[in-house]
Amino acid sequence: MKKTIYYITIILLSHVSLFTVNRIQAQENGAIEIKRRAAGEQVPITIEGLSGEALQTLEFDLDIMGFEIVEKEKAQYLIKGKPGENLQAVVSDTVTGAPVLSKAYSGGSVRAQAHALSDNIVEAILGERGIAQTTIAFKVDFGLNSEIYISDYDGHNAIAVTSDHSVVAAPCWVPGQRALYYTSYKNGNPDIYYHALSLGLRKPVARFLGLNTSVAVSPDGNRLAMILSKSGSPDLFVSDADGNNLKQLTKTKASESSPAWSPDGQTVCFVSRVTGRAALYTISSGGGEMQRLRAAGISNATEPAWSPDGKTIAFTAQMGGFNICTVPATGGTATILVGGEDPSWAPNSSTLIFTKRTATDRYLCLLDVPTKEVKNIARVSGDSSQPSWAK
Amino acid sequence: MKSANLTKILALGIILGIGMVGCKRTPKGLTPIPGTKPSVTETEAKPKPPAPSPTENVKPVNTGNDVESADVDTGDGIPLPTAEMFEGMIKDTNTFKANTVYFDFDSSVIKSSEQSKIEEVGQHLKDNPGHKLLIEGHCDERGTEEYNRALGERRALSIREYLANMGIDPQRIRTLSWGEDRPADPAHNEEAWAKNRRGEFSLLLPPENQ
Repeated sequence: MKKTIYYITIILLSHVSLFTVNRIQAQENGAIEIKRRAAGEQVPITIEGLSGEALQTLEFDLDIMGFEIVEKEKAQYLIKGKPGENLQAVVSDTVTGAPVLSKAYSGGSVRAQAHALSDNIVEAILGERGIAQTTIAFKVDFGLNSEIYISDYDGHNAIAVTSDHSVVAAPCWVPGQRALYYTSYKNGNPDIYYHALSLGLRKPVARFLGLNTSVAVSPDGNRLAMILSKSGSPDLFVSDADGNNLKQLTKTKASESSPAWSPDGQTVCFVSRVTGRAALYTISSGGGEMQRLRAAGISNATEPAWSPDGKTIAFTAQMGGFNICTVPATGGTATILVGGEDPSWAPNSSTLIFTKRTATDRYLCLLDVPTKEVKNIARVSGDSSQPSWAK
Repeated sequence: MKSANLTKILALGIILGIGMVGCKRTPKGLTPIPGTKPSVTETEAKPKPPAPSPTENVKPVNTGNDVESADVDTGDGIPLPTAEMFEGMIKDTNTFKANTVYFDFDSSVIKSSEQSKIEEVGQHLKDNPGHKLLIEGHCDERGTEEYNRALGERRALSIREYLANMGIDPQRIRTLSWGEDRPADPAHNEEAWAKNRRGEFSLLLPPENQ
């Protein structure tokens, strides 16, 4: 009895200290672009008792979410796993021996259980929301035709959403729903469709002559931003979720492209060539003057993606090759991260998915912005591009 | 506030502690994983015809050879027609196959070398008032995808504006951009890129009289 009380006390003390550390980190990092984790910081962790798919899944997840898989002597945390139909794991601090979490999982696949464990570890140790159980959508190109696919965030369990044998483009998730908007040429013109995946229901929302593309769903899911050329030039428009109440926001003869909503739905960031070169602009989603977003140190900015925490805009800069960059959402000096294009944020505002091009093909990669860790996701046959992360 | 947090911490600690002890024998309190995701099925909703867009006033078009200026933005272009004006028309991709208009990198400016090709098409439209035109704009792969989709449209619109300057009713001309999705030459070199930055003409012929 005495021993048990002593044991519980130890656990309580270790948890108090653990939570305190996270609290301090959260406060210190309040002013930094990416919350909680400082740039470059990786937490050394080691895994025992697991093998095969469970181990591979866990390692991949932790690697991209701020951990470094190391030998036991160098690790700050130890994951002791017990494989089987129901995955079990105890995670402890290697110095104090204090447990961080102890979990058992049932149902789903080995991968699904490992992903759930990864998210629990990230939450317990980093105090962040994990992304291992999230979903992405993307375009897969088969030569003349392309289709929309969805998969787990690591590329596994990929399913074709369309089979129109036409050209598709720019999928965008509806926040909190298993539904997408995207561009399809299936009726002989680039038109925008809404597609409820679970219901198998699809309907057009913008099919004017000319260009209808680059749809972006507002964070509340009630409004759309998109690029239409019905006025005689590719311009930025907003509408309701069904395409009604269409309003033209820009009236330039130059091309606009790739709108992205701010998390509060008040502002749209987009690309314009109004000065003759591609650059980022912002405009009130209710209408107004477009304003250049200052992004010092880069040129030819396209494809903005606004982080869910509102602080950062990721984008592509074309300077020789394509580069994934970030800039504070209020404007400032841009940071060039890695080679690649078309970034989309994970719900944690730390991880990006983007397209990597080689001379001959295109595939998707994940980037942990604080640590710059890059990992290729599992590939389907065909060239993958234009990823959208479900939020 | 402080005591509430402390209570939370205590509660968590106890839960985790119990979890630890419990885990050694039987896995109690299993965390359920949601089952397999619903499979994707599709039943096509019958597409509704688009609402007719109101007729808009056509803005005057700048004269001169270069349709688009790099520095001065002249405001919106010439509004596009509506889909029903092209219903049932038959696409002829052959007649003006040799008239494909080529562009410089990242540009939608009509080069002087390309003008005669457009003028030939314009003359045909003048001589055949019942014929209409589709212009398909394309890009090379050296741009981001949605940027290129807009650039391809801008190229097709530049050709349309050139024809409008010749006196052709722009309501007879529709545009379509493929961005970089349908290259004429799939190779990844300068020669291929030059062939891929293009605007292609298809005549749209009225359905045969019955």
